[in-house]
Amino acid sequence: MKGVINPAETGKSRWERETLEPTLAKSPERKGPFTTISGQSIDRLYTADDIADRDYARDVGNPGDFPYVRGIHPSGYRGKLWTMRQFAGFGTPEETNQRYKDLIAAGGTGLSVAFDLPTLMGRDPDHPLSLGEVGKCGVNITSLADMERLFDGISLADITTSMTINSPAPMIFAMYLVVAEKQGADWKKISGTIQNDILKEFIAQKEYIFPPRPSMRLITDIFAFCAAEVPKWNTISVSGYHIREAGSTALQELAFTLRDGLEYVQYGVDAGLKVDDFVPRISFFFNSHSDFFEEIAKYRAARKLWAEAMRDRFGAKHPRSWQLRFHTQTAGVSLTAQQPYNNVVRTALQALAAVLGGTNSLHTNSLDEALSLPTKEAATIALRTQQIIAHESGVTNVVDPLGGSYFVEKLTRDMELGTLKYWDTIDRMGGMVEAIELGYPQKEIAEASYQFQQAVERRDKIIVGVNDYLQTDEKPIEILYIDDSTADTQLARLDALRQTRDNGRVERALDGLRKAARGRDNTMPPLLECVRAYATVGEMCDALREVWGEYEEVPVI
Amino acid sequence: MSQKIRVVIAKPGLDGHDRGAKVIARALRDAGMEVIYTGLRQTPEQIVSAALQEDADVIGLSILSGAHMHICPRVMELLKEKGLDDVQVVVGGIIPDQDVPKLNEMGIRGIFIPGTPMQQIVDFINGNARARV
Repeated sequence: MKGVINPAETGKSRWERETLEPTLAKSPERKGPFTTISGQSIDRLYTADDIADRDYARDVGNPGDFPYVRGIHPSGYRGKLWTMRQFAGFGTPEETNQRYKDLIAAGGTGLSVAFDLPTLMGRDPDHPLSLGEVGKCGVNITSLADMERLFDGISLADITTSMTINSPAPMIFAMYLVVAEKQGADWKKISGTIQNDILKEFIAQKEYIFPPRPSMRLITDIFAFCAAEVPKWNTISVSGYHIREAGSTALQELAFTLRDGLEYVQYGVDAGLKVDDFVPRISFFFNSHSDFFEEIAKYRAARKLWAEAMRDRFGAKHPRSWQLRFHTQTAGVSLTAQQPYNNVVRTALQALAAVLGGTNSLHTNSLDEALSLPTKEAATIALRTQQIIAHESGVTNVVDPLGGSYFVEKLTRDMELGTLKYWDTIDRMGGMVEAIELGYPQKEIAEASYQFQQAVERRDKIIVGVNDYLQTDEKPIEILYIDDSTADTQLARLDALRQTRDNGRVERALDGLRKAARGRDNTMPPLLECVRAYATVGEMCDALREVWGEYEEVPVI
Repeated sequence: MSQKIRVVIAKPGLDGHDRGAKVIARALRDAGMEVIYTGLRQTPEQIVSAALQEDADVIGLSILSGAHMHICPRVMELLKEKGLDDVQVVVGGIIPDQDVPKLNEMGIRGIFIPGTPMQQIVDFINGNARARV
């Protein structure tokens, strides 16, 4: 150059030319590719130039200030640590009840219920498709009697409970409310979360029962019911976790999940609800995968996107409607069956990313989860991982320690722009329900998961112990083996229940439910009556299957 | 010219986690096989009947829920009943070590846990699927 400074030339490009290139000429970089786990290209260096278009006050803001990139609490974790909420459930209600008591004794601060597949799919243990599935992936809950066993000796007035339940969310929630009532707990004061996110079931996890539109109606019924009766309950946990586990990229997880959130808000508004009456009870649930900074950027962008959408798209006035709260779970899909102790390290890094991204609650996976449900020992190490981050690492002393990092701010910006692009595409399809009917998010995810698998096969992405650093002399670890005794117990209980309950009352209650489903009345009051009459999950879901039919997807490969 | 190996990929049971089933379906197709994906929540009866109709050489079952010790024996029994003993059955998913010998005994030799390279599955099927004339 002739000593003339090109006005378009930035410090970064000069550095590249004068400092970097001579070095690269002597010692080239590793082969790469330098991409995130989502396949996103990453530059070798970020500087102030990369975020020159960001206005701090407008685009980032201080913690507790709009648009909440740096967190919704002004004092971060100095005020309150995140809730350490370990997801657990297996076998009979009694076995899970004991695991909850152990977790509470070990310092867990919230409960999180994992249900088995028959419960999740609204089938009783005696249905043919329940064969071999009862109590395997979670606890089996057939009727109110099981819910009473599950929370025996646990005061629902004093603990918050998260329940991972979707299609049968209204039935299970009604059971929880009746148990609370029987314990003398005030519905106005109890709190907890039901996942209740059907859109991600159609998109990713596939535990749907009814078609999309009646499914959405069940959700808006819960919004309305809770606004009046259970005001502190988190009525939905809009979930990216499963979208990510199904193979999406970080960006797809963010974009589809928040777009699902917008869809729920729109349906709520269309059902006649006021935005500020129900949006503050909507919470989110994200994955924390292995690419550290990409995850942190995802959480920071999520808060901004939601705040702006609520304020500008829906006219929400209440700051609580703007503030995105979220739970995080480390990535189950990242765990390896090979050299399973390495999973402790993976989980610790993922948990740290969630904390640095400002999660409000966290589940850490256990080292043995690529092999089975966790043993008590493995679950304890997972909880201890969170406690070590909270109390030993020092990261909780300061709010949003990575704020201002050129790299993190740039990635946050990229996440935001990428999301807006996806939203635009989905909006043009007419909304998320329509996009799902077209198979759009399903196809995007299937493609991303195949691309990732190919990157692993080519060894562009190294997974320690899987496609590199293999070990042939591995000793098997002890795992939790769930036998079939749960099915026998639950089947016997179901038989006994059908003989002892007032079956006339059950039939009348189920009729009431069908009637509400055919008309426009809120389905929660008739469901509460069904539950009080000890109708089973399968019976309640069957009543609705009769009215609405069942959804069948066209599989996309 | 040899005919393409025909594979039915199935998701039995109530579980909906279909990432693995779909990725393997596509990988086998890319490896030159004819792949039929049944979709979700298939009973053993539906799976065997799909194998019969599709003249399948291989059935791939994807099971992550722990129900494999109920589903696999039933599939093997039905195959025998229909005279489809020569259909190679492979299983992918979360299969505890202690169940592997029992599955082998039923005649299921291809058992693939998480982290198995796709190529290994392709090679296994190429080496073990019934010879077609």
